[in-house]
Amino acid sequence: MNSVILGSSYIMVFAPDMVIHNGTTQTTERTVNPNSEYLKEIKNHLRTFEQVVGYLPNQTYIGNITPDELSKYEMPWFDKPKDGATREGKFGEIMPQEEFIVLMQICDVFDLVKLEKQFVFDTKAKLMVHPLFDEGLLGRIKEGEEFDTIKKYVDEEHAEPIYNNGELVGCVKRAHDIDLNLSGHVMFENLVSKASNVLALLNLVSKNNINKEEIEYVVECSEEACGDMNQRGGGNFAKACAEVAGFVNATGSDTRGFCAAPTHALIEAAALVKAGVYKKVVVSAGGSTAKLGMNGKDHIKKGFPILEDCIGGFAVLIGENDGVNPEINLDLVGRHTVGTGSSPQAVITSLVSSLDKAGMKITDIDKYSVEMQNPEVTKPAGAGDVPLANYKMIGALAVKRGDIDRKELADFTVKHGMTGWAPTQGHIPSGVPYLGFCREDILSGKIKNAMIVGKGSLFLGRMTNLFDGVSFIIEANKGGQKKTSAISEEQIKNLIANALKDFASNLLSEQE
Amino acid sequence: MSLLENKKIIIIGDRDGIPGQAIEECVKTAGGEVVFSSTECFV
Repeated sequence: MNSVILGSSYIMVFAPDMVIHNGTTQTTERTVNPNSEYLKEIKNHLRTFEQVVGYLPNQTYIGNITPDELSKYEMPWFDKPKDGATREGKFGEIMPQEEFIVLMQICDVFDLVKLEKQFVFDTKAKLMVHPLFDEGLLGRIKEGEEFDTIKKYVDEEHAEPIYNNGELVGCVKRAHDIDLNLSGHVMFENLVSKASNVLALLNLVSKNNINKEEIEYVVECSEEACGDMNQRGGGNFAKACAEVAGFVNATGSDTRGFCAAPTHALIEAAALVKAGVYKKVVVSAGGSTAKLGMNGKDHIKKGFPILEDCIGGFAVLIGENDGVNPEINLDLVGRHTVGTGSSPQAVITSLVSSLDKAGMKITDIDKYSVEMQNPEVTKPAGAGDVPLANYKMIGALAVKRGDIDRKELADFTVKHGMTGWAPTQGHIPSGVPYLGFCREDILSGKIKNAMIVGKGSLFLGRMTNLFDGVSFIIEANKGGQKKTSAISEEQIKNLIANALKDFASNLLSEQE
Repeated sequence: MSLLENKKIIIIGDRDGIPGQAIEECVKTAGGEVVFSSTECFV
């Protein structure tokens, strides 16, 4: 019995000060070229929260615009804000930076996040009217520190500063005097990842009416590593996030694989549920500050605002087959193996050849969800339209296999592909952004199935030159698979006990 | 004479396009000498 997708959530955090102070493009520039024009200019090219909320791809990410609707708007999108756009989405929300900074403090259980008193006072008032922040979460907010105390931590104790609207409002203290793995910088990045993951979990529960006590396991699949000098990536973000989100009956573990990790994690979660190990498993990830403003130089050069100004996050709930929700078909898993080779044909073949097992053509899959990066971010930087490039390769393979005629290639990319909308946050745009819409499209009968493809740049870790990729298929529920055992185990035991009792009493009466 | 014979080649491949290793194979068959090859991820 295949596992099903019961719900999903998608969140973004607008983080303009983190673009300047924590994005690696900017921190690198500050190191190698501290007086550069780019660093002077960047603050003039940051968007406002309202602009970020109204941005069409962001509204798509949180579920208020469908990918089909987005594709009807001509680019550029940044100058066409959605009328009446709200921070709340069908699948999640877009949170402003100041609220998120306090959420980081809520997620910190080692008293490392120090925030300025007045900032806490002002922001707490905003979180008190946020529907997802209950007394338990609000009760974790500390009163705050004097500004001078925070400045001292930053100036004298290697704390990572936290800015809001250009002002120092807090810091993340180092968690160890000499261990670089617990430095203020690393703790900051890990707490950002944790807090954005927690926000996705809170939205998952709320948007899908989930009883959080039923969640038994969490697979976290971001690209950060937490640990100390003796176990750099020891983990475990999953359980740490589950703790703050109140998943009292859950444990969990972290799965890594660069951008392919969410797809690996979903296959693992679906398998755990299908095998009966756990009934409900969440796959989730927070985002990254390092990637903020990654293509900022090109955006400014081309007259664009800095478009990579949001941290992303998502969560998906996988459960037992309920006879209704879309199934994850684990019989049709594609994978790029060690021996696959690196040519584009070999890569795509390895990911879609799982269809051969079922005698399916490439065109038998209604939608492919690949690297769903927003092309408005990548095109000005010369990286092209990444989803489209992936669809062209799948289409080219379809031509090679004889599934479509060469003339149909352009139509294939439209019919079986989508315009990208996800923020360039590594693992966040990889395959998973479509899961929310995919569930709806399959439930409504708009499509019958979809293939989720995750690809990962393993070579960035300098452990192998290999690339990685995995894929799986989601399909409409075949129905009637709900476990409806006609007779329970308890009833069987009673029947056997009664039969034995009768047998024994018959024996006794015969002896008498 | 092959197209790239006696040429030293620097290769920068793209994860979502043509990976460095694949370009490397093509360059070798065209007689070029690969002096640097890497695959980059632009997203």
